Amino acid sequence: MGVELPSDAEIVVRLRASDEKLFALLVDQWSGGMVRVALTYVPNREAAEDVVQETWLAVLSGLDGFAGRSSLRTWIHAILINKAKTLGIKESRTLPVADTAAPAVNPLAFQNSAEPHPGHWRQAPAAWPSPESKAEEGELVRHLDDAITELPPRQRQVLVLRDVQGFTAHEVSAAMDISLANQRVLLHRARSAVRARLATYLTPERGAAR
Amino acid sequence: MNTVRCDDFVEWVTDFLEGELPRETERQFVNHLAECDGCDRYLEQMRFTLQQLRTLPDVPLRHAVREQVLYAFRTRPRS
Repeated sequence: MGVELPSDAEIVVRLRASDEKLFALLVDQWSGGMVRVALTYVPNREAAEDVVQETWLAVLSGLDGFAGRSSLRTWIHAILINKAKTLGIKESRTLPVADTAAPAVNPLAFQNSAEPHPGHWRQAPAAWPSPESKAEEGELVRHLDDAITELPPRQRQVLVLRDVQGFTAHEVSAAMDISLANQRVLLHRARSAVRARLATYLTPERGAAR
Repeated sequence: MNTVRCDDFVEWVTDFLEGELPRETERQFVNHLAECDGCDRYLEQMRFTLQQLRTLPDVPLRHAVREQVLYAFRTRPRS
């Protein structure tokens, strides 16, 4: 993940002393991930970049108020999420959907009560081929991006914060203002859906049973 | 075969990876894993998925936006 950064305390001191080089380094290392997070709230790249820009401006004016109770990166993402929520609500025309109900795997993949082993796989999930070229790796990334985009909003937000950005369960439940248990349910639905989506792409011959 | 069903196993995967399964359930989970090729593969695919998510490429800021942010730093009011 790029150059190693100094400690949060040192970063804050140097930014207050106008170390522009260090500021540029932070912007370059963190903005790409921040655009990803913003995209889970707002409908397009341009709106997401606006959110990131506003966030950095808010970071500059709020830097003196950073108390070090969380990490600097977490604090910046909390600002980002607030800004993205505000803008996302303005731009969103979709109604909230129930996003915790579906099972992790299509029930057709399992034997029913009339079969010898109810609840067990009809057929084990097919092995996935590993990507063998840059082009195949690119395809995999494209399918992952599509899978993320298609998730219900809260699942998408939790998945990107946890599994793409690497924040902890506590950080995500605090930033999204949801319980740890709820955070885990959303994460489970999201991960299961993304795995199923990759299965559809990587083993298309298997139809419904994955 | 122990009593764990595969359709239960797949619902426990995240709690397992988070270290949040109750101890007895975790024991059943691990035992089932050892004797069920389908669930073993399922967990392996979940781990692969997570590893791919963790290494997704960033979506970089456009140059013009980056420049505006750096300009704001340079010209910000100083206390």
